[in-house]
Amino acid sequence: MPAALRCESLEKRYGSTVALGGVDLDVAQGELLGLLGPNGAGKSTLTKIACGLVRATSGRAEVEGTPAGSAEARAAIGYLAELFRFPDWLTADELLVLHQDLAASEGGRGERSELLGLVGLGDARDTKVAAMSKGMQQRLGIAQALVGSPRLLMLDEPTSALDPVGRRVVRDLLRELRGRGIAVALSSHLLSEVELVCDRVAILVGGRILAQGTPAELARPRGAEVETADGVRSFPDARREDVPRIVAELVAGGGQVYGVRLLASTLEDAYLEAVGAA
Amino acid sequence: MSSALIVARYALREAVRRRVILVVLLLTLCFLSLYALGCAVTFNEVESLAVDDQVDDRVLAGSTLLGLSMFTILFLGAVLAVFLTLGAVRGDAERGLLQPLVVRPVGRTSLLLGRFAGAVAVCAVYVALVYAAAVLITGIAGDWWPDRGIGPGLGLVLAVVVIAAISLLGSIFLSSTANGIAVFMLFGAGLAAGLLGQIGDALAVETLEDVATVSSWVLPFEALYQAGLHGLTAETSGITAVIVQLGPFGGAQEAGAGLWVWTAAYLVLIAACARVAFARRDL
Repeated sequence: MPAALRCESLEKRYGSTVALGGVDLDVAQGELLGLLGPNGAGKSTLTKIACGLVRATSGRAEVEGTPAGSAEARAAIGYLAELFRFPDWLTADELLVLHQDLAASEGGRGERSELLGLVGLGDARDTKVAAMSKGMQQRLGIAQALVGSPRLLMLDEPTSALDPVGRRVVRDLLRELRGRGIAVALSSHLLSEVELVCDRVAILVGGRILAQGTPAELARPRGAEVETADGVRSFPDARREDVPRIVAELVAGGGQVYGVRLLASTLEDAYLEAVGAA
Repeated sequence: MSSALIVARYALREAVRRRVILVVLLLTLCFLSLYALGCAVTFNEVESLAVDDQVDDRVLAGSTLLGLSMFTILFLGAVLAVFLTLGAVRGDAERGLLQPLVVRPVGRTSLLLGRFAGAVAVCAVYVALVYAAAVLITGIAGDWWPDRGIGPGLGLVLAVVVIAAISLLGSIFLSSTANGIAVFMLFGAGLAAGLLGQIGDALAVETLEDVATVSSWVLPFEALYQAGLHGLTAETSGITAVIVQLGPFGGAQEAGAGLWVWTAAYLVLIAACARVAFARRDL
């Protein structure tokens, strides 16, 4: 089965500005990939190339084995842009009808009700976009992206306008989508959020992927702290397997050990290291 | 339903929901009321004057009034065409409205075609109805009917379609404001070139006539308008015809079938340019 999204040596230049400088990236079927990076790193460009909104200068992007931007690829994709707006004269239901028509979805009213319910807008079916808060519009945007049962969801900062409850709703939704086998490429600045839901993370800086792996793979061991009667002692080079020996030595030396804590860098540390090294 | 039809229906609904059509209809009613008043007063005055036997006052008044209304209808149709299309691509993309639609498996060509069809449906019906109303008002008020009634109306409709096409093409390259300004400047330039052509014709200045000819090829809406004006009094002769041809809003100019063929080719050319440009545009 082809990858949901495959990018090979993907480059995008705007004149002399390099937005993407040779990106190789795979998103497997049903995988939830987090795209991290500072502003201008190329996350949105990568997302737009995958959606066929922007043409790559060179390299290749494929969605389920078909060239990104082709009708087949677009039929497989759901997309929510970072900066989006929906016609304010449409109601939530009418917007979804429009996208059902454009996606040739036969889901009808049932699909619309399900999607609005999924994003917590079940009661806002007849509310006009103009009367919605930014957060509601963002949730409506996610519902819109899910019209036609896409197999790859490209979400560019989908929670930037949401309050903590709204973010929780989206996190739960992403987990549910993963359960349904939908691949998701989630571009976000919220590292904690990415860490919570993503199977894998790619850190993009200056148009290049500097690190990728599972959150656990990106996190590095940073020693151990042992709480003794004399206070907390640090062992910065210690690994998990060193702990019994360290404790035994402390006890043998007449010390009293009350607790041991293994330290590991967070995704934030890994991110800051990658960005700092660039 | 085809993708282009879905988009056209969406564009039409937008025009209705945003009360564009309501506002236009109300203001058009005002215009037609004023026009009816003007016709009634003018024909009444003409009847009481009846100065020169060589000039048919009724034809002169009727064709001038209807010519004036055609200019106004062309202008109103152009306003409608431009405002319905000026931000269709770049403007909507800058506002983030376009991307969710383009990602759908619709095809950019269908999207453009749908936007064009939606705008043209509104403008064409509007221009045709207002022109028919103006002809009726003129006929009822002064018992004067144009020599050719349908041709000038079709010319006006086609002129507005051309303006909508130019505006849609411009929307791919320019932001909404810049595009609107550009199209209205082109519109003004077309009218000015037409007037220069008439002056050149009257004074036999070849350069001015050439300017008018070239502008007619580049901006055929002006030539369609002039051909429409000519159609109003196509069968009229004598001094009356000469005076009518020096009308106040660009003189009448006869055009053959070549103009219609060229206009069709012009629209195809614009469609091809728009298709290529939109396909290459990053959003």
